Amino acid sequence: MPAFTLDDMRTIMGGCAGVPESIDLGDDIGEISFAELGYDSLAVLEMAARIQQRLGVRIPDDAVEEMRTPQAAVDYVNRRLAA
Amino acid sequence: MTDTSPRRARRRDTRPVFTGIGVAAPNGLGTAAYWAATLDGKSGLGRITRFDAEHYPVRVAGEVSEFDDTEHVPSRLAVQTDHWSHLGLTAADWALRDAGLDPSALPEYEMAVVTASSSGGTEFGQREIEKLWSQGPGYVGVYQSIAWFYAATTGQISIRYGMRGPCGVICAEQAGGLDVLAQGRRLLRQQARVVVTGGTDASLCPYGLVAQISTGLLSTRDDPERAYLPFDADACGYVPGEGGAMLIMEDAATARERGARPYGALAGHGATFDPRPGPGHPPVSNLRRAITLALQDAGVEPGEVDVVFADALGVPERDRLEAQAISAVFGPHGVPVTAPKTMTGRLYAGGAPLDVATALLAVRDGVIPPTVGVRAAAPSYELDLVRSTARDGPVRNALVLATGHGGFNAALLLTAPDPS
Repeated sequence: MPAFTLDDMRTIMGGCAGVPESIDLGDDIGEISFAELGYDSLAVLEMAARIQQRLGVRIPDDAVEEMRTPQAAVDYVNRRLAA
Repeated sequence: MTDTSPRRARRRDTRPVFTGIGVAAPNGLGTAAYWAATLDGKSGLGRITRFDAEHYPVRVAGEVSEFDDTEHVPSRLAVQTDHWSHLGLTAADWALRDAGLDPSALPEYEMAVVTASSSGGTEFGQREIEKLWSQGPGYVGVYQSIAWFYAATTGQISIRYGMRGPCGVICAEQAGGLDVLAQGRRLLRQQARVVVTGGTDASLCPYGLVAQISTGLLSTRDDPERAYLPFDADACGYVPGEGGAMLIMEDAATARERGARPYGALAGHGATFDPRPGPGHPPVSNLRRAITLALQDAGVEPGEVDVVFADALGVPERDRLEAQAISAVFGPHGVPVTAPKTMTGRLYAGGAPLDVATALLAVRDGVIPPTVGVRAAAPSYELDLVRSTARDGPVRNALVLATGHGGFNAALLLTAPDPS
């Protein structure tokens, strides 16, 4: 059981950056890019800030580059938590 | 150019027309609700409810109480914008629909956005400052970087509809709401075919209210019916409000080609600035010259003006200066004067566009909406103030006045659309 799940990510996304108009966050969104979901780079930066606060894990600004999809963000966070 | 050349010389087609109106006002959300309330003299002033204002010297305001930010603005857009932008985005959307325009079908570089703002996103900013002080810098949201900014409403409208023509914001407090329309006219004479313009303001949070109180011009009276009485012997300052109006401006020929039905045309505009006030001499107002410039620009004689929508600050010294400017141009009791903003409070950058919307509706329906609360205009002002109830009569030319804190004056003349 990973410490940080896609559902946690969904909560963070909707909570701090709003919900997209064209797709339901409850759908299978893991591999869809943030850009396609309607989240720009500012939105992803905001999500990263909320993850840092919730989990106490540090996410450097350039790591946001790696977090191109919700699943990629989840994987990144779990790697950091495990390290 | 000589002094006389602009008179009657400008071809009518160079007068841009207004084809869409969107209103978010304290006494009515949506144009129809606002206009019905305004003709009925129904006020939207009341005790402040957006926060606990009990211990502030100003406790009455005009709030847009029916407005639900999350219902009216898409979620992704709502999180990155202030309440003031929410009102502006909503009014802009209504104005586009009213004009029957589909932005996706128009050339993107021929659509311009120019809005007025005077406070920017103070409520959003206050929320982020609270996080900064209580939790730390890491808790300040990224959207603070764009939400507070005066141009945010313009920018978000531009992004939302793919309007990539000239965009901008004018900050000249209440007067900026007229100056944007003059800027819109300039753009229509160049490359734009449609301009989304107008303005809103919404600064009824503690930080925003305190900034307003610092001018010393706000009413501290608790009775909403006696708090804002411009031109009355009992005038005691003004009541602040939130909201405003967005307007769609188009070139007259373009509007005609697509079969749009304009509310009216922008016939003239004038803007002036007051000299710096100094000790030992009375304040000087250059509002009269703004009026004269607007009339000259329009090629309209004072006797042809059917109504003046006053700036109506409600501060005795300033009411006197405005009354003198009006009487000097139109003669004593020479023109009907009204201030429907007595039902909304002063909306700053949103106030003048709302007055323009109101004037266009007055032209359409041939009726002058009332000034409420005022029992009698002070006789020395020599004003024919339309009080208590609306006054019937054709409105062919309407003059809207606006002064902005710090010395801005603007006057805008609207005229009925060509019969066709």
